[in-house]
Amino acid sequence: MMLSCKEVTRIVSRGLDRKLGFSERVRLRVHLGICDGCTNFRNQLAFLREAMAKLADRSPDS
Amino acid sequence: MNDFRSRIERERPYLLRYASLQLRDAQAAEDAVQETLLAALAGEHGFGQRASLRTWLTGILKHKIVDAIRRTTREAPAAGEDEFEALFDERGHWIEMPGAWSDPDAALDQQRFFAALELCLSRLPPKTAQSFMMREHMGLETDEICKELSITPTHCWVLLYRARMSLRECLTKEWFGK
Repeated sequence: MMLSCKEVTRIVSRGLDRKLGFSERVRLRVHLGICDGCTNFRNQLAFLREAMAKLADRSPDS
Repeated sequence: MNDFRSRIERERPYLLRYASLQLRDAQAAEDAVQETLLAALAGEHGFGQRASLRTWLTGILKHKIVDAIRRTTREAPAAGEDEFEALFDERGHWIEMPGAWSDPDAALDQQRFFAALELCLSRLPPKTAQSFMMREHMGLETDEICKELSITPTHCWVLLYRARMSLRECLTKEWFGK
Protein backbone atom coordinates (compact mmCIF):
# COMPACT_ATOMS: atom_id res chain seq x y z
CA MET A 1 0.00 0.00 0.00
CA MET A 2 1.47 3.31 -1.15
CA LEU A 3 1.74 6.05 1.46
CA SER A 4 -0.10 9.29 0.77
CA CYS A 5 1.74 12.62 1.05
CA LYS A 6 -0.29 13.42 4.15
CA GLU A 7 0.85 10.20 5.82
CA VAL A 8 4.41 10.93 4.75
CA THR A 9 4.40 14.32 6.52
CA ARG A 10 3.35 12.61 9.76
CA ILE A 11 5.94 9.87 9.46
CA VAL A 12 8.72 12.34 8.61
CA SER A 13 7.83 14.42 11.68
CA ARG A 14 7.59 11.36 13.89
CA GLY A 15 10.92 10.14 12.58
CA LEU A 16 12.52 13.21 14.17
CA ASP A 17 11.26 12.05 17.57
CA ARG A 18 11.70 8.29 17.54
CA LYS A 19 13.25 5.55 15.46
CA LEU A 20 10.92 4.47 12.68
CA GLY A 21 10.09 0.82 12.12
CA PHE A 22 11.64 -1.09 9.23
CA SER A 23 8.53 -1.13 7.05
CA GLU A 24 7.89 2.58 7.69
CA ARG A 25 11.43 3.39 6.57
CA VAL A 26 11.07 1.32 3.41
CA ARG A 27 7.71 2.81 2.44
CA LEU A 28 9.00 6.29 3.19
CA ARG A 29 12.03 5.78 0.96
CA VAL A 30 9.86 4.49 -1.88
CA HIS A 31 7.58 7.51 -1.62
CA LEU A 32 10.39 10.06 -1.35
CA GLY A 33 12.04 8.49 -4.38
CA ILE A 34 9.18 9.59 -6.58
CA CYS A 35 7.75 12.66 -4.82
CA ASP A 36 9.57 16.01 -4.99
CA GLY A 37 7.03 17.77 -2.76
CA CYS A 38 7.60 15.37 0.12
CA THR A 39 11.36 15.38 -0.44
CA ASN A 40 11.33 19.18 -0.14
CA PHE A 41 9.17 18.84 2.94
CA ARG A 42 11.59 16.37 4.52
CA ASN A 43 14.53 18.70 3.81
CA GLN A 44 12.64 21.64 5.30
CA LEU A 45 12.00 19.82 8.57
CA ALA A 46 15.65 18.77 8.73
CA PHE A 47 16.64 22.39 8.19
CA LEU A 48 14.21 23.51 10.89
CA ARG A 49 15.93 21.22 13.38
CA GLU A 50 19.31 22.61 12.39
CA ALA A 51 18.04 26.17 12.73
CA MET A 52 16.60 25.44 16.18
CA ALA A 53 19.94 24.00 17.31
CA LYS A 54 21.65 27.20 16.11
CA LEU A 55 19.04 29.28 17.90
CA ALA A 56 19.79 27.36 21.09
CA ASP A 57 23.52 28.06 20.69
CA ARG A 58 22.90 31.72 20.12
CA SER A 59 20.44 32.48 22.87
CA PRO A 60 22.89 33.13 25.75
CA ASP A 61 24.37 36.27 24.14
CA SER A 62 21.55 37.53 21.90
CA MET B 1 -14.78 47.35 52.42
CA ASN B 2 -11.09 46.74 53.18
CA ASP B 3 -11.87 44.13 55.77
CA PHE B 4 -13.46 41.94 53.11
CA ARG B 5 -10.44 42.36 50.87
CA SER B 6 -8.04 41.24 53.55
CA ARG B 7 -10.24 38.30 54.48
CA ILE B 8 -10.26 36.96 50.94
CA GLU B 9 -6.56 37.71 50.55
CA ARG B 10 -5.93 35.40 53.51
CA GLU B 11 -7.47 32.55 51.51
CA ARG B 12 -5.02 33.00 48.66
CA PRO B 13 -2.51 30.29 49.72
CA TYR B 14 -5.28 27.74 50.13
CA LEU B 15 -6.77 28.61 46.74
CA LEU B 16 -3.39 28.55 45.07
CA ARG B 17 -2.64 25.06 46.34
CA TYR B 18 -6.07 23.95 45.21
CA ALA B 19 -5.59 25.38 41.73
CA SER B 20 -2.02 24.09 41.38
CA LEU B 21 -3.11 20.54 42.10
CA GLN B 22 -5.75 20.79 39.43
CA LEU B 23 -3.85 22.63 36.75
CA ARG B 24 -0.24 21.45 37.34
CA ASP B 25 0.97 24.75 36.00
CA ALA B 26 2.06 27.47 38.40
CA GLN B 27 1.27 30.33 36.03
CA ALA B 28 -2.17 29.03 35.08
CA ALA B 29 -2.93 28.42 38.76
CA GLU B 30 -1.82 31.93 39.71
CA ASP B 31 -4.03 33.36 36.95
CA ALA B 32 -7.08 31.35 38.02
CA VAL B 33 -6.68 32.48 41.64
CA GLN B 34 -6.18 36.09 40.60
CA GLU B 35 -9.35 35.99 38.50
CA THR B 36 -11.20 34.40 41.42
CA LEU B 37 -10.16 37.10 43.88
CA LEU B 38 -11.12 39.84 41.43
CA ALA B 39 -14.49 38.21 40.80
CA ALA B 40 -15.01 37.87 44.55
CA LEU B 41 -14.24 41.54 45.14
CA ALA B 42 -16.59 42.57 42.37
CA GLY B 43 -19.34 40.25 43.60
CA GLU B 44 -19.02 40.78 47.31
CA HIS B 45 -22.79 41.08 47.62
CA GLY B 46 -23.22 37.58 46.23
CA PHE B 47 -21.48 36.21 49.29
CA GLY B 48 -24.30 35.00 51.54
CA GLN B 49 -23.16 34.68 55.13
CA ARG B 50 -24.47 31.15 55.28
CA ALA B 51 -21.59 29.70 53.31
CA SER B 52 -18.06 29.95 54.66
CA LEU B 53 -15.86 32.39 52.78
CA ARG B 54 -13.52 29.58 51.76
CA THR B 55 -16.37 27.48 50.37
CA TRP B 56 -17.71 30.43 48.43
CA LEU B 57 -14.29 31.31 46.98
CA THR B 58 -13.59 27.68 46.10
CA GLY B 59 -16.87 27.59 44.21
CA ILE B 60 -15.77 30.55 42.10
CA LEU B 61 -12.30 29.06 41.65
CA LYS B 62 -13.74 25.81 40.29
CA HIS B 63 -15.33 27.72 37.45
CA LYS B 64 -12.07 29.52 36.71
CA ILE B 65 -10.18 26.21 36.70
CA VAL B 66 -12.66 24.67 34.29
CA ASP B 67 -12.23 27.72 32.04
CA ALA B 68 -8.45 27.30 32.15
CA ILE B 69 -8.67 23.59 31.32
CA ARG B 70 -11.02 24.33 28.47
CA ARG B 71 -8.61 26.89 27.11
CA THR B 72 -5.81 24.33 27.06
CA THR B 73 -7.86 21.41 25.76
CA ARG B 74 -9.02 23.57 22.88
CA GLU B 75 -5.49 22.95 21.60
CA ALA B 76 -5.86 19.20 21.99
CA PRO B 77 -6.14 17.27 18.75
CA ALA B 78 -9.63 17.47 17.36
CA ALA B 79 -10.73 13.94 16.56
CA GLY B 80 -9.24 12.92 13.23
CA GLU B 81 -8.66 16.24 11.58
CA ASP B 82 -6.82 19.47 12.07
CA GLU B 83 -6.05 22.68 10.27
CA PHE B 84 -3.38 21.06 8.11
CA GLU B 85 -5.86 18.73 6.45
CA ALA B 86 -6.56 21.63 4.11
CA LEU B 87 -3.10 21.23 2.56
CA PHE B 88 -4.09 17.89 1.07
CA ASP B 89 -6.80 16.67 -1.30
CA GLU B 90 -9.17 13.86 -0.38
CA ARG B 91 -6.63 11.25 -1.49
CA GLY B 92 -3.94 12.77 0.72
CA HIS B 93 -1.90 14.39 -2.07
CA TRP B 94 -0.48 17.89 -1.72
CA ILE B 95 -2.79 20.51 -3.17
CA GLU B 96 0.21 22.74 -3.54
CA MET B 97 3.52 20.89 -3.45
CA PRO B 98 6.21 22.32 -1.18
CA GLY B 99 8.92 23.91 -3.28
CA ALA B 100 12.58 23.78 -2.34
CA TRP B 101 13.73 26.61 -0.09
CA SER B 102 16.47 28.55 -1.79
CA ASP B 103 19.85 28.48 -0.09
CA PRO B 104 18.74 27.64 3.45
CA ASP B 105 22.34 27.35 4.67
CA ALA B 106 22.94 31.02 3.95
CA ALA B 107 19.96 31.87 6.15
CA LEU B 108 21.70 30.34 9.15
CA ASP B 109 24.39 33.04 8.94
CA GLN B 110 21.91 35.87 9.06
CA GLN B 111 20.70 37.62 12.16
CA ARG B 112 17.45 38.55 10.44
CA PHE B 113 16.63 34.93 9.73
CA PHE B 114 16.60 34.17 13.44
CA ALA B 115 14.32 37.13 14.06
CA ALA B 116 11.91 35.61 11.53
CA LEU B 117 12.21 32.21 13.21
CA GLU B 118 11.44 33.75 16.60
CA LEU B 119 8.47 35.58 15.12
CA CYS B 120 7.13 32.29 13.75
CA LEU B 121 7.70 30.58 17.11
CA SER B 122 5.78 33.33 18.87
CA ARG B 123 2.75 32.62 16.66
CA LEU B 124 2.40 29.01 17.82
CA PRO B 125 -0.34 28.23 20.34
CA PRO B 126 1.15 28.00 23.88
CA LYS B 127 1.14 24.25 24.41
CA THR B 128 2.34 23.56 20.89
CA ALA B 129 5.20 26.02 21.39
CA GLN B 130 6.00 24.58 24.80
CA SER B 131 6.36 21.01 23.53
CA PHE B 132 8.31 22.08 20.45
CA MET B 133 10.76 24.16 22.49
CA MET B 134 11.23 21.29 24.94
CA ARG B 135 12.03 19.00 22.03
CA GLU B 136 14.16 21.19 19.77
CA HIS B 137 15.51 23.84 22.10
CA MET B 138 16.04 21.89 25.31
CA GLY B 139 16.61 18.64 23.44
CA LEU B 140 14.33 16.50 25.61
CA GLU B 141 13.01 13.13 24.46
CA THR B 142 9.29 12.87 23.79
CA ASP B 143 8.60 10.64 26.81
CA GLU B 144 10.08 13.32 29.10
CA ILE B 145 7.92 15.96 27.39
CA CYS B 146 4.79 13.84 27.79
CA LYS B 147 5.54 13.46 31.47
CA GLU B 148 6.22 17.16 32.05
CA LEU B 149 3.10 18.27 30.20
CA SER B 150 1.04 15.29 31.42
CA ILE B 151 -0.08 14.36 27.91
CA THR B 152 -0.11 11.07 26.02
CA PRO B 153 2.70 10.22 23.55
CA THR B 154 0.19 10.50 20.71
CA HIS B 155 -0.85 13.98 21.78
CA CYS B 156 2.81 14.91 22.06
CA TRP B 157 3.52 13.79 18.49
CA VAL B 158 0.50 15.68 17.26
CA LEU B 159 1.71 18.86 18.97
CA LEU B 160 5.21 18.48 17.50
CA TYR B 161 3.75 17.77 14.06
CA ARG B 162 1.60 20.88 14.24
CA ALA B 163 4.53 22.98 15.40
CA ARG B 164 6.65 21.82 12.47
CA MET B 165 3.82 22.24 9.97
CA SER B 166 3.10 25.81 11.03
CA LEU B 167 6.75 26.81 11.33
CA ARG B 168 7.38 25.47 7.84
CA GLU B 169 4.50 27.49 6.45
CA CYS B 170 5.46 30.57 8.42
CA LEU B 171 9.12 30.47 7.35
CA THR B 172 8.10 29.91 3.75
CA LYS B 173 6.04 33.08 3.97
CA GLU B 174 8.25 35.22 6.19
CA TRP B 175 11.69 34.29 4.95
CA PHE B 176 11.86 32.12 1.87
CA GLY B 177 9.43 34.42 0.10
CA LYS B 178 6.49 32.53 -1.37
